[in-house]
Amino acid sequence: MSFLNGDKRNFFNAVREMSRQPIELCYQCQKCASGCIATEYADYYPNEILRMVQFGQKDRVLNSSSIWICSSCETCGARCPNGINIAEVMDALKEIAIRENKVKEKNIHLFHSVFLNSARAHGRVHEGTMMAIYKFKSGDLMSDMDIGWEMFRKGKLPILPHRIKAKGQLRKIFDKTTAHS
Amino acid sequence: MKLSYFPGCSLGSTAKEYDYSARSVCQALGMELVELKDWVCCGATSAHSTNHLLSIALPSRNLALAQETGLDLAVPCSACYNRVKKADYNMRHNDEMRQKIEEIVEFKYRGQVNVYSLLEALITKIGVEAIAKNVKKPLKGLKVVCFYGCLLVRPPEVTCFDNSENPVALDNIVKALGAESIPWSYKTDCCGANLGLTSSNVVQGMVNRLLEAAKEAGAMALVTACPLCQSNLEMRRKERGTDLPAFYFTELIGLAMDLPDCRKWFNLHLINPKPLLQSLSLAD
Repeated sequence: MSFLNGDKRNFFNAVREMSRQPIELCYQCQKCASGCIATEYADYYPNEILRMVQFGQKDRVLNSSSIWICSSCETCGARCPNGINIAEVMDALKEIAIRENKVKEKNIHLFHSVFLNSARAHGRVHEGTMMAIYKFKSGDLMSDMDIGWEMFRKGKLPILPHRIKAKGQLRKIFDKTTAHS
Repeated sequence: MKLSYFPGCSLGSTAKEYDYSARSVCQALGMELVELKDWVCCGATSAHSTNHLLSIALPSRNLALAQETGLDLAVPCSACYNRVKKADYNMRHNDEMRQKIEEIVEFKYRGQVNVYSLLEALITKIGVEAIAKNVKKPLKGLKVVCFYGCLLVRPPEVTCFDNSENPVALDNIVKALGAESIPWSYKTDCCGANLGLTSSNVVQGMVNRLLEAAKEAGAMALVTACPLCQSNLEMRRKERGTDLPAFYFTELIGLAMDLPDCRKWFNLHLINPKPLLQSLSLAD
């Protein structure tokens, strides 16, 4: 795609390269939007996100809720007539938003951090402490208390985490992948 | 027959009944599951939303472990399955990525492990006919809708399993068990997945839409193959009574095979399925 503005071009190219998707092929058929079950909770349709990337509108895209509300159900990509896996584009946009400190949905990002910290600490996610830490850090302490208690009562939230043996190797995977990106 | 087994984090806690029923049913059907030693979390949505490379590296660690066993890999959780299958797809089709991952995870990818969802493993290795032959107590009168969710069938070029718009694998199993599977249009919709904790209003909206559609179709219960779908379907509804419980497909196979552990699995549900099963004389 050609751009007069270098910043816009750079943004388009960065998203295209990170997502490895032919974003320029989108011709706005809106098949993605008509099958997207997240749109009623989001601020832009998937085709609008693609159009904004095509136009290099970095701030509008990175500050949108849609890229975070997208649950990566992959319906849009499976139906796209141009073979654009839109969920991969949404992931690339989330990564760029994190890097540039422009995260619109702070709690969703917080959840991902808490989840990965648990995986990094034990090798496996300890759902009980992971949920408790998320609740504490997000300040949303009271919701789901009844469900949590019922799960605990049924033995579905074990108190102690399982710790894997190959911790060093796991640490290396986290460190190296963070360094690469 | 022997397969490696990667249960994933949820099956050790919020989805224990899936783990228990999967192991019991596979053993009863002659499919030995050998749990991967020292498996790690697949990173799930949190890894692919924040660090693409990590989202391929973590499941590749499990691929490396499976490779050492020399067995094909069965993964019951749809989310874990999808991440491992995507990692395997990347390793097969993207040389640059494969080299990076081999360096990060410190192994040599040989591409000899076939990655299956547990559903696919049962369908292809055991077969619907063999499952039907093992039925001792047909699930007569039970009307269900099958909910495949997203990650079992999408993206189709990666999963290469069933029809991504109208899958039938679960329906075929349900029919083989003597139950009725009702057609509906929501088989592969999304349950909201991990947004349950952060944006419960979104998930509640998605789940209630599914439950209303299931009810309208005339279903008494839903059948799933994913711990995220199952827990969202039972947890994120307006009122939690005993209507429309969500079963793991392995629980229904176990019930139809009259396996002794069934009662233990059903006790773990947030929506008690016993009143429904008792009303059909399928449980005491």
